[in-house]
Amino acid sequence: MRRMTYSEIEGKGIGFYLILGVLGAIILMGLGAVYHMEHEGHYVTGMSNQVVWGLPHIFAIFLIVAASGVLNIASIGTVFRKAIYKPLGRLSALMAITLLLGGLMILVLDLGHPDRLIIAMTSYNFKSIFAWNIILYNGFIAIVGVYLWFMMERRMQKYYPYAGFVAFIWRLILTTGTGSIFGFLVAREAYDAAILAPLFIVLSFSIGLAAFILYLMAAYQLTNRPLGDALLMKLKNLLAVFVGAVFYFVAIYHLTNLYITEQHGFESFILSDGGIYTGLFWIGYMLLGTAVPVFLLYCRKMSEMRMPIIAASVLVLVGGFSLLYVIIIGGQAYPLEIFPGKEVSSAFFDGVVNPYTPSIWEFMLGIAGVSVALIATILATRVLPFMPKSLADKDVDPHAA
Amino acid sequence: MTEQTASPKTENEVNRREFLSKGVAIAAGTTLAPGLFLHQMSQAKTADEAVSDKVRWGILIDANKCADDCSDCVQACNETYGLSGHERPATDAQWIRKVTVKDRQTGHVTSLPLMCQHCENPPCVDVCPTGASFKRENGIVLVDKHICIGCRYCMMACPYKARSFIHETLEDQKAEAPRGKGTVEACTFCVTRIDQGEETTACAQACKHEAMLFGDLNDPDSALSKRLKDEPSVQLRADLELNPGVRYQGL
Repeated sequence: MRRMTYSEIEGKGIGFYLILGVLGAIILMGLGAVYHMEHEGHYVTGMSNQVVWGLPHIFAIFLIVAASGVLNIASIGTVFRKAIYKPLGRLSALMAITLLLGGLMILVLDLGHPDRLIIAMTSYNFKSIFAWNIILYNGFIAIVGVYLWFMMERRMQKYYPYAGFVAFIWRLILTTGTGSIFGFLVAREAYDAAILAPLFIVLSFSIGLAAFILYLMAAYQLTNRPLGDALLMKLKNLLAVFVGAVFYFVAIYHLTNLYITEQHGFESFILSDGGIYTGLFWIGYMLLGTAVPVFLLYCRKMSEMRMPIIAASVLVLVGGFSLLYVIIIGGQAYPLEIFPGKEVSSAFFDGVVNPYTPSIWEFMLGIAGVSVALIATILATRVLPFMPKSLADKDVDPHAA
Repeated sequence: MTEQTASPKTENEVNRREFLSKGVAIAAGTTLAPGLFLHQMSQAKTADEAVSDKVRWGILIDANKCADDCSDCVQACNETYGLSGHERPATDAQWIRKVTVKDRQTGHVTSLPLMCQHCENPPCVDVCPTGASFKRENGIVLVDKHICIGCRYCMMACPYKARSFIHETLEDQKAEAPRGKGTVEACTFCVTRIDQGEETTACAQACKHEAMLFGDLNDPDSALSKRLKDEPSVQLRADLELNPGVRYQGL
C-alpha cells in the first residue's frame, strides 16, 4: 500500500464558485425566512399548538443523526482497524462536524427565542434529555475536532486511535440521546419506547453512510480525483446491511405495537389510514427507502455500475427523511389519548387528527441547514488537506482490510 | 490529651436541668401552638411570606354539574389574562378549554373543562432543558418567561395538551399576567390572585353551576379535601402516576 497523500481541493474554477454561490444564496434565503418567522411569530409556519415540532425539526434531526452516522467511516478505520477505510477518516470526521453544525443551526433558529441560546448553554435542568443533548452536541464537536487534529498532525498521530475510540463511544451516546428525546416522552402513543434509541443509531448508520457516499462521489468527480471501485463496493455493501438493520428495528417497533391492544389505534393510523403518514411510511420509507435500494445494491447485474449506487444512496436519504417525518409529525398528528376508550371533541382539536402543512419558511430554513453543512465541508476541504489525492484501487489496497 | 473526669452530678443539679428544659418546652409550646394552629386554619399567607409546601393547591371538577353549552370558565380565564385570540384556533393560546367526552359503548356524553393539571410529577418540568418549566412549592406548575427558550419540548411531553406556545406579537397585555411571544404558557392556577390572598381561581369563580371547587389539598379541613375524602373522584391519565392537582367527578 502506498503512503496516502492528502491535499486541499483546488477550488478555482467557475463551477466551484457557482456551487458556493448557490449554497450561499440558499443560506441567505433561509436566514430571511428565520427573520420572517421570528418577527411575525410562529403562526406563519405550519406548526401550531397541536403539532409543535415541524419540518425544521425533521431537517435538524436528520442532519444530527446523519452527523453521528457519517463518523462511522472514520471509526471503522480507527476503532475496527479496517485499513481500507483509513484514508476516508479525515473527510468522515469533518462531515460529522459540519452536518451537526447544519442541524444545530436549524434547531436553534427555530426556537421561540434564538436570542436566548446563551441561556440554553448555561442554565441546565439535568433531568432533561434535551439538556444532556446540548452537552453531547458540544462535546461531539470538541472531541471530533481533537480526533481530526490528531489524525492530521504528524506529531499527534500515535494518539489518534484513542481519540477515535472516544469519538466512537461519544457518537453512540449522542444518538442514544437523540432517539431518547422521543423515547423519554410518556405522553404520546408514538413515543415512550426504548427501541427508539437503537433505531436512531442504526438510522444514523444508514443515512450517514448514504450522505458520505454521495458527497465522496460528487467531490471526487468534480475535482477529477480517482475513486476506485474497491472502496465503493465496500461502502455500497455496508449500506445495504445498514438499510436492512433499520428495517429490522422499524419492524420490531411496529410489531410490538401491533401486539398491544391499546396501540392498535395508533398503528392503524400509521399503517393504514393516516393519509400522508401512511403514504410516507409505505412508499417513502418501505418502498423507495428500503426495498428499492436493497435491490439496487445487491442486484448482481448492476454491481459494477455507479448510477445504481448513487440512486440507492439518494433513496436511502429519502427513506430516512420519510421515516423521521412519520415518527416526528405522525406521532404528534395522532390525537392524545387523554380519555382512553372515549370519543373526544373540543374547540382545541381534541380527539381529531392534528393537521400540519409545512410552510415555505420552514422548508427554506431546513435547506439552509443542509447548505451550511455542505458549504462548511467544501470550504474546509479548500483550506486544509482532508481529501486523499487518489482513492484508486491501487492506492487503497483492498486486501489490507 | 488528658481525659477529663466529670464530677458526679448531684440530684439537685439534674432536677434543675430537667425543670429548665421542660419549662422552656412548655413555654414555647403554649406560645407558638396557637399561632401555628391559627396559621394552619387560615391557609392564606402574607404577601412577603415565602411559598411553602404546606399548601398544595388543587381543584375538583364535577362533570355532572358542568353544562354542555356553558363555557363561562373559559371566557373568565380569557378575559382575566387577556387571551383574546387572533381568530386562529390552531395557534391561539388556550389555558382552559371545554371538552366533550362520549363513551363509545354507552353513548353517554359528558362535558368538562380541561387545563394544566398541575401534576406532582410534571413531565413538562422533567423535560425542560433550561429549568424554565418549574413547580412551585405549593404545587402550581409555571413557566419562567425569562429563561424559556421556546423549544416546545414541554408541549411534546404534556399528556393533557395543556400548554400553548405564543405564536405572534401580543398587544394590550394585562399587567398582572405578562406574556411573551416565543415562550410557552399555560394555566397558572391564578397564581397572582392566590398570592394576593384570593381564595379561588377566575374559572371556579365564574362557574355558576358550582362545578369547580378550588382549595388546599394538604389541608384536611378544606372543603376540597373533605369532598375528595367523602366522594369518589378520578385523575386523568392516572396510569401515568403523575398525581395531578386537578381531579374529576362524573367521568
